[in-house]
Amino acid sequence: MSSPEKFELRLYVAGQTAKSVLALKNLKRICEEHLKGQYSIEVIDLLIDPQLAEGDQILAIPTLVRKLPEPVRTIIGDLSNTDRVLIGLDLRPL
Amino acid sequence: MESLSKSPTGIRGLDQITLGGLPKGRPTLICGSAGCGKTLFAMEFLVRGAMDFSEPGIFVSFEENGKDLTANFRSLGFDLDDLIQQKKIKLDYIHIEKSQIEETGSYDLEGLFVRLDHAIKSIGAKRVVLDTIEALFSGFSDEAVLRAELRRLFRWLKDKEVTAIITGERGDKSYTRQGLEEYVSDCVILLDHRVIDQVSTRRLRVVKYRGSSHGSNEYPFLITSKGISVLPITSLALEHQAKEEHISSGIKELDVLLGGKGYFSASTILVSGGAGSGKTILGASFAASAAQQGKKVLFLSFEESPSQLARNMKSVGIDLSTPSKKGLLSCHSDRATAHGLEAHLVKIYDLVQDLKPQVVILDPLTGFSQAGTEMDIEAMLTRIIDHFKAEGITALFTSLGGRSEFERSSNVGVTSLIDTWIELRDVETVRRNERAISVIKSRGMGHSRDTRPYVISSHGMLIAKAAAKTGARV
Repeated sequence: MSSPEKFELRLYVAGQTAKSVLALKNLKRICEEHLKGQYSIEVIDLLIDPQLAEGDQILAIPTLVRKLPEPVRTIIGDLSNTDRVLIGLDLRPL
Repeated sequence: MESLSKSPTGIRGLDQITLGGLPKGRPTLICGSAGCGKTLFAMEFLVRGAMDFSEPGIFVSFEENGKDLTANFRSLGFDLDDLIQQKKIKLDYIHIEKSQIEETGSYDLEGLFVRLDHAIKSIGAKRVVLDTIEALFSGFSDEAVLRAELRRLFRWLKDKEVTAIITGERGDKSYTRQGLEEYVSDCVILLDHRVIDQVSTRRLRVVKYRGSSHGSNEYPFLITSKGISVLPITSLALEHQAKEEHISSGIKELDVLLGGKGYFSASTILVSGGAGSGKTILGASFAASAAQQGKKVLFLSFEESPSQLARNMKSVGIDLSTPSKKGLLSCHSDRATAHGLEAHLVKIYDLVQDLKPQVVILDPLTGFSQAGTEMDIEAMLTRIIDHFKAEGITALFTSLGGRSEFERSSNVGVTSLIDTWIELRDVETVRRNERAISVIKSRGMGHSRDTRPYVISSHGMLIAKAAAKTGARV
């Protein structure tokens, strides 16, 4: 599992809900395990910046968007199923 | 308890059926199969709200993007771009593609709420349309979450006090495929588009309206170049103002038969008679004479082209070309079978709206018998007559057939709407067949009971004077 590519990840939340907190915790853990040193996480709180929901077509909360590498990928939920997150991020072949 | 307050839709006819509009500050469900006009209904509700009632609105589309929507509404004569620029309407396109989304762990739809809230606040919206929210069901696989969120959404819309329209696709057993009626309980409107005898008809029915009475029939509606028009047959409730003015029939002796002054202005006249009895001539005489008095006349012919009509009428001394050239008379010809009844109605409504005539001749009614079922024709005539009355138009209809046929057929319902009924018929005498005219009824005037012989000459219809016993005095 080594890729020189840089992962640019964006996590959309709406306030500090249990699901949002859990999603961020899970995301950080997965990234540390699988993408150490080659990722950046940006957390967007829609309660603060509601206008940003339109750009990435956000409906579900929490939503994780992989902006880079392209193509853009979307994963929704609290990211508690690590295998599915890895599939969603295209880090593990099916 | 205070009565339910309503939000007028501004859609012609719908506010009459619902006695004032949709429940204010509550969601209404509009359902129907594909292509029945749900989106148009919802959009007209928003546009009218923004233009006529100063209530800005949000249109959230789950199906069409903003460009497609604006294009669609331009075809109905609504300029969305302008309204969007003035911040009276906001379009929000929500795109869902399940294949691009991976689901892992629990989630909710707070993002949708955030977006709606942001949109509502940005223009101070009072109206919201969600078209069609069922698309969510194809985007997310956790149905339990979706249903809980929908329930929350409709409650949330109520809390926001916006008047909302939610559209839904017609299901097999329920009003909507996903049973949305379970969540929207205040008002449910069903749209239907069906084809009977190759004639397509759109219909609307208010299935449910909590806390309010409403018209419960199925009402036909039209999608015209000026928006939607629902046609509640009995909506006019006979409110039109009766006029005391008279208008000459264009035939002197006929005016005498009608009590001396001719027809009542804004009344409805039926001329019935056999083939070749001179019904069209009676109509054309009226048209020419009204135009001569400076009135605007619309002549709708379902048998002859305008030039044929002008030529034939010229042969009996009625000049239709001069008033046509002056712009006082417009003739329109159309085969009755060329369109469905509704399309005819639309055309007639549009012509009346554009030309604003004071007199309309429709020649002949009987042409429609091929274009729909008897019941539909009767309903359509009722609507036309109501419309003319409401607009203060004096209307003359001709119809093939004698009195006895009329009273036997279902058209009898129409004859009760007619104010003046003139019959042309053949009378057999010893020597020859004579034509005779009589006024069967004429509301509000002391009309003659005479049956008078008449002839059609190169100077139009000549009716014998009262003294004459036999033969026309020409």
